[in-house]
Amino acid sequence: MPINILMPALSPTMEEGTLSKWLKNEGDKVTSGDVIAEIETDKATMEVEAVDEGVIGKLLIAAGTENVKVNTPIAILLQDGESADAVAAAPKADADTPAATSDASGGKARESADEPTAAADSKVPAQPKVDVAADPDIPAGTEMVSTTVREALRDAMAEEMRRDPDVFVMGEEVAEYQGAYKVTQGLLQEFGANRVIDTPITEHGFAGVGVGAAMAGLKPIVEFMTFNFAMQAIDQIINSAAKTLYMSGGQMGAPMVFRGPNGAAARVAAQHSQDYAAWYSHIPGLKVVVPYTAADAKGLLKAAIRDPNPVIFLENEILYGQSFDVPKLDDFVLPIGKARIHRKGKDVTLVSWGIGMTYAVKAVAELEKAGIDVELIDLRTIRPMDLPTVIESVKKTGRLVTIEEGFPQSSVGDFIANSVQREAFDYLDAPVLTIAGKDVPMPYAANLEKLALPNVGEVVQAVKAVCYK
Amino acid sequence: MAPKQSASAPVRKAAAKPAKKDFNGGTIAEFNKNDELSAYREMLLIRRFEEKAGQLYGMGFIGGFCHLYIGQEAVVIGMQMAMKEGDQVITGYRDHGHMLATGMTARGVMAELTGRRGGYSKGKGGSMHMFSKEKHFYGGHGIVGAQVSLGTGLGFANKYRGNDNVSIAYFGDGAANQGQVYESFNMANLWKLPVIYVIENNRYAMGTSVARASAQTDFSQRGASFGIPGYQVDGMDVRAVKAAADEAMEHCRSGKGPIILEMLTYRYRGHSMSDPAKYRSKDEVQKMRSEHDPIEQVRARLLEKGWATEDELKAIDKDVRDIVADSADFAQSDPEPDVSELYTDILL
Ligand SMILES: Cc1ncc(C[n+]2csc(CCOP(=O)(O)OP(=O)(O)O)c2C)c(N)n1
Ligand SMILES: [Mg+2]
Repeated sequence: MPINILMPALSPTMEEGTLSKWLKNEGDKVTSGDVIAEIETDKATMEVEAVDEGVIGKLLIAAGTENVKVNTPIAILLQDGESADAVAAAPKADADTPAATSDASGGKARESADEPTAAADSKVPAQPKVDVAADPDIPAGTEMVSTTVREALRDAMAEEMRRDPDVFVMGEEVAEYQGAYKVTQGLLQEFGANRVIDTPITEHGFAGVGVGAAMAGLKPIVEFMTFNFAMQAIDQIINSAAKTLYMSGGQMGAPMVFRGPNGAAARVAAQHSQDYAAWYSHIPGLKVVVPYTAADAKGLLKAAIRDPNPVIFLENEILYGQSFDVPKLDDFVLPIGKARIHRKGKDVTLVSWGIGMTYAVKAVAELEKAGIDVELIDLRTIRPMDLPTVIESVKKTGRLVTIEEGFPQSSVGDFIANSVQREAFDYLDAPVLTIAGKDVPMPYAANLEKLALPNVGEVVQAVKAVCYK
Repeated sequence: MAPKQSASAPVRKAAAKPAKKDFNGGTIAEFNKNDELSAYREMLLIRRFEEKAGQLYGMGFIGGFCHLYIGQEAVVIGMQMAMKEGDQVITGYRDHGHMLATGMTARGVMAELTGRRGGYSKGKGGSMHMFSKEKHFYGGHGIVGAQVSLGTGLGFANKYRGNDNVSIAYFGDGAANQGQVYESFNMANLWKLPVIYVIENNRYAMGTSVARASAQTDFSQRGASFGIPGYQVDGMDVRAVKAAADEAMEHCRSGKGPIILEMLTYRYRGHSMSDPAKYRSKDEVQKMRSEHDPIEQVRARLLEKGWATEDELKAIDKDVRDIVADSADFAQSDPEPDVSELYTDILL
């Protein structure tokens, strides 16, 4: 039975691509592993390997064809003894085999790469631009430029490195590979290998090296490929970076940034999907920043690099490709420790930060339709926390819901709820509800993973509940 | 000597720097017809399984990370041939080959890759996290280097119980730089634990070549300051792996403590499915494939010695393909885990 070779996907979210080149012709013999064609998406080129053995009976899609849908038959492979005539008969559907892709790179939206991704930017489908309420820290009338979170982070580091020769970046794959998630793209080329440093896979060691360099007065930016791997280094972060200022009676500290993607990506299971916001928020001596928008990512990362304290800067892989307006200013620095009112409202206060904001924003839109006017606060910084802004809002609305992806016990939401009941008990018209991820390690199976994460419906339901609707 | 990092061809002779004279690391095991045929079949099963996994990934049936073992098959098969019942295996995330080698079923592994209830972890672990108590396979670990301490602990348990089993801890050239590796080395030799540390040096840790990450690139010597002997082995030749494994087993079983085997090997595919592998040349990959392929080497010997005909090899190939196709069918039709599984297996 002849076999249909199908257009492969570089990733679960790729839908189509260009068949740029055939490397085999009709009549050529192929064995497993032979490169038969090249396909292309917007930024990545990839080779297509044969999986089965046989003779190419027919090329069904001409070289150069664009927009070839994934899983479309692109060629027919004849098995031993089959003649090209067999091609006339349509191959059985279950004989369809998409070609294997070698060295694939490409398009995952909620898909991940703890790993080098060639075209990380190309892989995230264009996201609708998010409408953000004006930030009082941005002068009215400032020109805005649509920027991805990834670019905003890179720009922040580049600007600070230009400004201060003591700032340097170190981490796994940050230099030659241009960043496992392409956040440090171009930095090696501009600043050289002295200041953009590839480390071995030794998180505990290089975090300690970073802290030591900071104690000596340099300003390291230590990138963790993801914060899951910072658990190897958490002793140096907490015992050395966070406590030195105090233990030295104020003589020396660790002016540095620990940054990288935090939280669940997609289908990467228990050891690669954790939100550390609550963990680090527990520690005196640290500042903890968790930006959502590109503008906040840029303004706050610049502030974090200048801050004389160790700052944990929690990014999110899923947000990297999202675009937001970023003010075009020569030196855009935002204050750490100040929340931003994302949307003004009067009925209920919803508080979130980082990726949690994506659930909140969608819930707010749904609730608006249901006639509930939500005030949405983006905390931006978890420590020090801008509780006055939250409490002021609760005094107005009398109701509070928080949403985060982390585990429920001792969550950031728990701390907010406690603070609010203490400071504004008399103003509350309903118990504070906190939405978090489920109290389970992250499962791999698609259906279970979906259940483990919070969802928009839960937020909507909680908001309605505190409104008694 | 085996392939050096300079990419020169692997030469199958004596080990580069035997730390002790009583070890012949680098020699070639004598394989009879049965050995060759079974090595061929087992390696082919891994190769075809991985190709199929890559294909299912391309179709969206497998998500997240998927690290293929193609090119490195001789390492696990050669080691397995020297193992006995009760010996434990532990590795990182590039683990499909290790599981198949221990005799775990293609169906169970593939169904885990697709996140289905018939998978070894009921779909809850995925590509990087599978275990089999029955086959003494202890995972399947996503944190680079963690399996080295765990594998040392498995060896500790053997010594504690007084049995003569050996724990085999596999890890990469990149993982070899993690601090806990050396903490483990120290304890392992201090307490004479029966552990074989198999460093799978495939020349790259993601996009970083060995030379860019390691001050000492001869990984076989990484245990020197703890007094652990170590040998470089041509990891592309299953007979060399088997010979080294036999001696290492003997070393461990006779109570001499741990030993390091550095397997000089190569991964053909990118680090994971999303790696364009721009850090190495196509020629380099092609050269390894065409000159040192572990499966082709066995195939050529089988034909040359008249131990198998082309037709017989084809029949093996067909058998293997059938097993893999069956596993893929199962992995696509088996249902996802029941939603109640979300809250099971957290505590006993
Ligand atoms: C502690 C930790 N740091 C970083 C990573 C990301 N990571 C996954 S695999 C890998 C490369 C490991 O290379 P190597 O040990 O040589 O094994 P190979 O992939 O070549 O089999 C890295 C950096 C991780 N999973 N865990
Ligand atoms: Mg490696």
